[in-house]
Amino acid sequence: MRYIDPHIHMVSRTTDDYQRMALAGCVAITEPAFWAGFDRSGPQGFFDYFTQLTKTEPARAAAYGIRHHCWLCINPKEAEDPGFAREVMGLIPDFLDKPNVLGIGEIGLNKNSKNEMVILEEQIALASQHDRLILVHTPHLEDKLKGTKLIMDAIMRNGSIDPGRVLIDHVEEHTVSMVLDRGFWAGMTLYPDTKCTPQRAADIFEMVGTERLWINSAGDWGHSDPLAVPKCRIEMQHRGHTPETISRISYDNPLRFLGQAGTFSADPIQTG
Amino acid sequence: MQPPYTPERAIDLYFLEHRAKLLDLASFIDRVERADPKADLRADPRMASFLDAIEILTGADSARAERIQLLFSDRSDELLDVAPGKGAIGADPNYNDTPSKRAEG
Repeated sequence: MRYIDPHIHMVSRTTDDYQRMALAGCVAITEPAFWAGFDRSGPQGFFDYFTQLTKTEPARAAAYGIRHHCWLCINPKEAEDPGFAREVMGLIPDFLDKPNVLGIGEIGLNKNSKNEMVILEEQIALASQHDRLILVHTPHLEDKLKGTKLIMDAIMRNGSIDPGRVLIDHVEEHTVSMVLDRGFWAGMTLYPDTKCTPQRAADIFEMVGTERLWINSAGDWGHSDPLAVPKCRIEMQHRGHTPETISRISYDNPLRFLGQAGTFSADPIQTG
Repeated sequence: MQPPYTPERAIDLYFLEHRAKLLDLASFIDRVERADPKADLRADPRMASFLDAIEILTGADSARAERIQLLFSDRSDELLDVAPGKGAIGADPNYNDTPSKRAEG
């Protein structure tokens, strides 16, 4: 069965991972801009990164029949210096018209600081000016509850953003309902130790339903699993959920949200 | 969404895995205690909230996972003046200074 992994950082993964994902049924991915595990020394590092996301990775994915799409931003972990962040944001408009760009992301908060909020608000405005989708990173662990509320308030404060064009990612048991209740889409990240396991994600579907909710691996340079989405599908199957339900959470819902971008496709591509 | 399985099926599927996880919890607490048997386990906000979370596990009320998540969360509303680094520790660093949190969990 085909699936979409709507949040994975393939710049940190090997070509073998593309192959394994293709073998497991992956037909399309989206890759948000994120923190590389170290602070870049200057905006030029982001120019190179955005080039990698819009040129190198689509070619690498296509070799395995996987369609690659991306999101652009300065991530919240490098937003504590507003001057630096604004220099990076100045690079983004030149990349927005690349054919695999979906929108602005993953923007959000990390430690819920004032400078992070200033840059978040400016990137929300950037998405609004260019009429782009938004993918939101919510903070980790003890900072998630507070950060999720602050982020949703900031988006609504902008006044021109349709929550149906925003996906709030990394929701867990204590944040999923508040996100869905305010009309946003929500993503559950299947990530060892700090986010959801496949079992807990299946539990959350059973508690809140499948409307406006998807799963992703967020596979990156840390301890993570690029096959987490198919593993959650197997978990759902094991419990007796129908193929329609499993397809909805791992293919149909991502297709519906991402389809709003106008640049997303999960259609088969020719390889070789 | 109604789960498509019975309680018996869920127990059959998951009991052994979670029995092992329960022993992991017990052995983790023993390990911390063994490092210094005289130390106050609750002095560290992570352990204080951890031990309170275990009380939620053994209670009769449902939504245990959500209530444990809330127990581990920073409940303040204000933005920080400056980000104190990039990482998170997994529990509210001020947990031991907010005794009302446990009841709200």
